[in-house]
Amino acid sequence: MWKNLLDWIEYRIPMMRVANMHAIQYPAPKNMNFWYVFGFLATIVLVNQIVTGIWLTMNFEPSAERAFASVEYIMREVDYGWMLRYMHSTGASAFFVVVYMHMFRGMIYGSYQKPRELIWLFGMFIYLALMAEAFMGYVLPWGQMSYWGAQVIVSLFGAIPVIGPDLVIWIQGDYVISGATLNRFFALHVIALPLVIVILVFLHIVALHEVGSNNPDGIDVKKPKGTLPEEEKTDFTIHEYYTNRYDYTKDVIPFFPHIVLKDMVAFCFFLAAFSYVMFFNPDMGGYFLEHPNFEIANPLKTPEHIFPVWYFTPFYAILKAVPDKLLGVIAMFAAIIMLVLLPWIDRGKVRSWRYRCGLHKWNLIVFAIVFIFLGYLGGTPQENWKITASQIATVMYFGFFGLLWLYSKNEDTKPLPERVTK
Amino acid sequence: MIKHIKNTLIAALIAVPSMVFAAGSNYPLDHADYDLTDKASLQNGAKLFMNYCLGCHQMQYQRYQRTFNDLGIPEELGQEHLQFTGEKVSDYIRSAMPTESAAEWFGAPPPDLTLVARVRGADWLYTYLRTFYVDESRPFGVNNMVFPEVGMPHVLQELQGTPSKTTEKRMVDGEMVDRYVGIKSDGTGELSPSEYDAAMLDLVNFLVYTGEPMQLERKAIGKWVLVFILVLFVFVYLLKKDYWREVH
Repeated sequence: MWKNLLDWIEYRIPMMRVANMHAIQYPAPKNMNFWYVFGFLATIVLVNQIVTGIWLTMNFEPSAERAFASVEYIMREVDYGWMLRYMHSTGASAFFVVVYMHMFRGMIYGSYQKPRELIWLFGMFIYLALMAEAFMGYVLPWGQMSYWGAQVIVSLFGAIPVIGPDLVIWIQGDYVISGATLNRFFALHVIALPLVIVILVFLHIVALHEVGSNNPDGIDVKKPKGTLPEEEKTDFTIHEYYTNRYDYTKDVIPFFPHIVLKDMVAFCFFLAAFSYVMFFNPDMGGYFLEHPNFEIANPLKTPEHIFPVWYFTPFYAILKAVPDKLLGVIAMFAAIIMLVLLPWIDRGKVRSWRYRCGLHKWNLIVFAIVFIFLGYLGGTPQENWKITASQIATVMYFGFFGLLWLYSKNEDTKPLPERVTK
Repeated sequence: MIKHIKNTLIAALIAVPSMVFAAGSNYPLDHADYDLTDKASLQNGAKLFMNYCLGCHQMQYQRYQRTFNDLGIPEELGQEHLQFTGEKVSDYIRSAMPTESAAEWFGAPPPDLTLVARVRGADWLYTYLRTFYVDESRPFGVNNMVFPEVGMPHVLQELQGTPSKTTEKRMVDGEMVDRYVGIKSDGTGELSPSEYDAAMLDLVNFLVYTGEPMQLERKAIGKWVLVFILVLFVFVYLLKKDYWREVH
């Protein structure tokens, strides 16, 4: 009966074939470590954001008059509305935590290098869409930080010569940030951008599955068809879509259940941290939900300090490090464009930092520290020393890419292993 | 070594948020040791709020009914003794003062206080309520240590008495200077200084409650969620280990 039903469906739409090809019998290297769980976690968070977002939309009212009150209505009077809201707000920050880890993984193991440039590019587009999504979502509760944060970020477009001022009015839909802005941000936040993100995630995964997953050793686990004797091929069932084109070594295991179970272990840790935040510390000391945002937006009262939420602060620090507004905006966008161009800035042939030169390791570690330090500088009140510090850190941020471009051309690398190591 | 790193990390985690939000005056804040499970304290806080704050400030996102139920006050009793505005017990806690007139009288409409504990923090509120002092240069004759140039009168004066700044003479670098030592009431209030502090803690407790009325429920559910995740982890981990046995 069950079998018949499945056959009936399979005859008409390739349900099991796609599931086998892309989820169950997808070939994955067996040495994928801790760093390889964040893509899975990001998918989980995306689903969480969409599902809780749909339910929040049922009671949220996107107008300047009602937005703040409707959020409090959700928090106080909708059954478990507070849980939905905290899942969504904690999810926003969690999304960036896992995405930053996911990106750094790609950097240390060279997952952006040939032939995975498009995967990296789609990933960067997801990151950009995610930033727009998060920014617009933060405006919706219409608190003080929503309003003034929007003011700061939208005004950045005003720095563009000639069209800037008109562009700002076009974005705002009004001469100031107003209910009109809130309405359009709501439309973009709940339908336009989620749609873009889901499509990009689809493309990200399709592109990944076409060339196969990288691994911490950065070596290929597939060999040209017909080059491996039968006893050296993997014992596990890999979908014929892959085995018809390549021979897979014994380093390969199927995505399900092996990788999924490993991801599930990581998921338990993630879920514990996530639940701890949302049930015991939903504001996260003012980082996930900023304190001034519990006060309704007031165009006549500027908050003492205006910070974007933590995940934007590294770029905010770069913006503030440059004295000229236009140049600051250019520097900020350049910081992101540098990341987008990473596959072409890195001219190296060896992927993983395990087998690259010592300078590369240090360059990556310093880059990570500089990024976190910029985040600190951009997210704390301005002080004199911080101006110089953020300028130095900005130079170091760009220095990472400059150095990488220079040393990657003729780099002293270690010999690559034949098979993956532990 | 590891312990040392751990301590440093914990210290950094605690220090960073407080650095971010140490805004406004630098007056050292007193710790508000409130207790959300103390129903008597919450009830007294509600009583103080309804009698002294609600004249000007609203609590427009919170309903009387919810408040009475959460605080263990029978609805009829609550309506009789604590509900001075609105008609139905299901009404929101709104001020009787029209917003436009309030803006005219005070320069700005008095802020809604439903979420004030989430904006300012309990320690700030506790210190603020206890640091009004006589300052004839201000329109209402009082100023505040944590909120300089505050735009409201000291409505709790009948409880606290008239508070003034007290200083003591100190020798600093060979010069006698007046050093601030605290706020002292002239004793004309209904409450002694320690009773006043206790009453203010009750009021802060109530404001912390209204900022997030479900917070005790949230933590109670959270504990079970964490227990569930722990159990889930055990099974997932064993299953993973079993399947990975065949991977060499």
